[in-house]
Order: sequence, then structure tokens, then C-alpha cells
Amino acid sequence: MPLIIYKSHDGNTQEVHAEVGTSIMQAAVDNGIDGILGECGGCCSCATCHCYVDPAWVAKAGEPDSTEKDMLDCVLDPQDTSRLSCQIVITDEMDGIVIAMPESQY
Amino acid sequence: MSEHCIIIGASHAAAQLVSSLRQEGWEGKISLIGDEPNLPYHRPPLSKAFFVGEKTEDELLIRAADFYDKNNVDLLLGSRVTKIDRDAKKITLEDGAEISYTKLALTTGARVRKIPFTGCELAGVFYMRDLNDVKQTHKFTGPGKSAVIIGGGYIGLETAASLRKIGMNVIVIEAMERVLQRVTAPEVSAFYTRVHTEEGVDIRTQAGVDAIVGEKHVTGVRLADGTTVPADLVIIGVGVIPNVELAEEAGLTIDNGIAVNEFATTNDPDIVAAGDCTNHYNPIYDRKLRLESVQNATDQAKIAAKSICGKPEAYNALPWFWSDQYDLKLQIAGLSQGFDQVIIRGNSEQDRSFAAFYFSEGRFIAVDAINRPKEFMMSKRALTSGQTADPLKLADETIEIKDVFN
Repeated sequence: MPLIIYKSHDGNTQEVHAEVGTSIMQAAVDNGIDGILGECGGCCSCATCHCYVDPAWVAKAGEPDSTEKDMLDCVLDPQDTSRLSCQIVITDEMDGIVIAMPESQY
Repeated sequence: MSEHCIIIGASHAAAQLVSSLRQEGWEGKISLIGDEPNLPYHRPPLSKAFFVGEKTEDELLIRAADFYDKNNVDLLLGSRVTKIDRDAKKITLEDGAEISYTKLALTTGARVRKIPFTGCELAGVFYMRDLNDVKQTHKFTGPGKSAVIIGGGYIGLETAASLRKIGMNVIVIEAMERVLQRVTAPEVSAFYTRVHTEEGVDIRTQAGVDAIVGEKHVTGVRLADGTTVPADLVIIGVGVIPNVELAEEAGLTIDNGIAVNEFATTNDPDIVAAGDCTNHYNPIYDRKLRLESVQNATDQAKIAAKSICGKPEAYNALPWFWSDQYDLKLQIAGLSQGFDQVIIRGNSEQDRSFAAFYFSEGRFIAVDAINRPKEFMMSKRALTSGQTADPLKLADETIEIKDVFN
């Protein structure tokens, strides 16, 4: 199972092994990671799972679709590598991916 | 006695409460009691992705099963609480067992409002609230079969869209003048009526139900005008009522829901409540609310957890909702009740993308955004911070939505 490294706004990290096919959001929720809420359950409706993908991992995380792009355009504190973590489906290639959470979600 | 928090109701709020209790440092025991056999699961997909088979039962779980193990939660699923004894600080289960608590959380949710139609006991007649209800409906669905939906609210319309997706003939019966009458502007109702009609749904408003007909199995619905429409499946979605009886019998204050203060605490300082079952004050709208939403369940549960852990923080969240039908992603921020002005951005009469902004006495109070994520996101932020907007600019699509709010 790929390793996902979640980095809180104050720099603390938590490591989680997650199943391929689940989302970065769901893996966080299943493991009680603070800073990722996922209120809508992963249907790209709420943006409460906003995260920053570590620049080295952006390509492996894939491209956001148009709805996600529009949501990201209006989130608090957007960055170039902003994504909604419910839309990133974990693959074997993501083993070691680093995901940071915005301060506004704490 | 060692600390023990009992959570009654394995709901959205309960799943959040478990997590928040541990995050806030609750070291005592946690027990989660639910009358359904399932771990807390997402209810919104029941009328959508789960209904059409795009999500499995496992994928409905809010948190994976091992989350409860890791957080040392005693699960008592398929178990009903029959009594709360506040003086002795213990609860009684259906089988007579008694369990003591030091803190109690009521996350009992709401149940469907039932209407005793003639024939409502026939096979093929369902309400949509629980996983089990929806699993049972699958025996009665299939391409070419007919469904009648009683109630043109969000649940009814979402179900209609799902049934069309699997190729069923669908009729929606609504008693009021328009669908979604209680919750949206006439323009939004007209939009959903148009899209559902384009998608092949027969929407009948100002229509009453006389009886559900059939012998053992439903075969049709007789309307108040005397006509009978065919049905292999009838789904009734006419609202929910909060589960307050347990709290009421325990002497807790009830006022259209379990009355809680801004700290999600009832009139008993050791009992909190969160989610659909509560009635609480919302400072943004300056009135008491009973909300039926995932957002409220989640956000109020966090407040309840803080109170249990002795770190009280006042609840102050903007209500928001969503509804997915066909290719329409509706996102709602705020509460539109009491609006006196609606501004439409986009063309609701021809397109499948627009936003309806609601105002009351010149103040921006809510938005219904259909395939307009930016309008939703910007409105949510503005409503949370109390910022209003210029109606003329909102209506003008040549001005970027981000510039309207800046």
C-alpha cells in the first residue's frame, strides 16, 4: 500500500499507508488526519479537502477537471499546486507523496 | 468513575464526533450505539451514486471500519436505546442492559415523515432514508419499468434523475404549485421542471394522491383527479422529522428539535446533541434553525466534542447544501427563506448553468449555484464574512464573479 505523507500547516507530518483506488481525502478521513474534512464525501461539492501537492509529485497526482479548477480558483489561499484531495485517486506511483494542508482548514 | 462518552445514533454527526473527541484529547471510553446494523455511512449517495450502482456499500462508509478500532470505540450497532436516566447517568438498551455514562451525545438524526396513504403497505412502496430502504428498492427497478415519486423536493428529484439513468419511466407527483417550492425561487423551480421534462420525467404539480393501488404488489397510483398512473415502484419523499423522543422522555428541552445552545449543549450540561435532531441559534441569520444537512452534522459535532472536552467554542457556521441531478451540480450556500429579491446570473430558461442570488431587504442571504462552482465558492466566503454584493453587478456576466465580491 502506497505511503501518503500529510503535512499540517505548522509542519507536523503524519504517515499513512492507503489502499490504491481510494482518494487522498478518504485516506485522511479514515485515519483521523486533521485539516482535511471532505464534508461532501468526495463529490467535488464543498472544497473542504483543499490541499497542496508537493511540487515534486504534481505530475503523478494528475490534472484537475474543469469543476475542480473552478472551485480551486476561489478557495482561500490557493497555490500553484492546489488540488481537492477527494479528486486524487491513489495509485502505486504515488508511494511517498507529500500532501500539505492549508491553515484555513484547521 | 472513569470517563465514558456514549454517542447515540450512528450518523454523520457521530462519525465526526468520534474523530473530534480524540483530536480534542478525550482519553476516556467512547461507545457508539446505532439502531441500524451499519457503521456511519454517507446518506446523500443513497438517492444518487449508490442508487444507480456507481458506489458500493463499503464506499458509503464515512470512515473505514478500522478507524473505530484505532480510536478505541466500542460499537453497539443494531442496538436501540430505550431510555436515558439523567439522574443515575445511565442509558437502557432494548434488551434491558444498562450502561453508565459521564457524557452523553445525541446524534439521533431524523426519520422520514410518513403519510398513511391507502395502499402504502404494498410491496414496491418505499421511503428513502436508510441504506436498507434503498437496497430493497433494487428488486423493483429496471429499464422500462415505471416509477411514481410522491414529493417534488430534493430527494424526489434526485431519485427521479437516478431512475431515468437506469431507464425507468418516471412520474413525479407534487402537491404544491411547483417543485422545490419550500426551498427555492420560482425561477429555480421552473429550471428543474424544464430539465426533468427534457430528460423525460413527467412532473405533475398541484396533484394529490388518492391511493396507492395494487393487490400484493403496487401496480399504480390513483390521483385526486381520478386518473391512475402505472407504477412498479413508488417512492415517497415528503420530508423528515427529528428524532427527539428519547431526549423528550428524559426531560430535555424540545423545541422543533432537541434544543441546544451555541455550544451544542442541551439543558443538561453533560448531554450534547448535534445534527438534524437539534434546534440551535444561528448568529449569521439571527434565528433558531433546525437544519437537515451534512454540513450542520459535521460542524456541530465538532462544537459538541469541544464542549465535552471542556474547551467550549460557539457554533457559527454558514449552512450549505448540495444536490446532484443528471449533469447538474447544484451547490447552495446560505438560507434563502424570507427572500424578497432574486438575481439570476446566466440564462436559467435555456442553459444548464446559472446562479440565483437571494436578497432580503437589500442584504445578500443565499445562492443556488447550478454548474457554477465559482459563484458558489465566492458566495460562501462572502456570506460567512457578512459581505453583501451589488445586485446589478451579480446580474452582469461581463463582470467576473471574483470582481463582483472584491
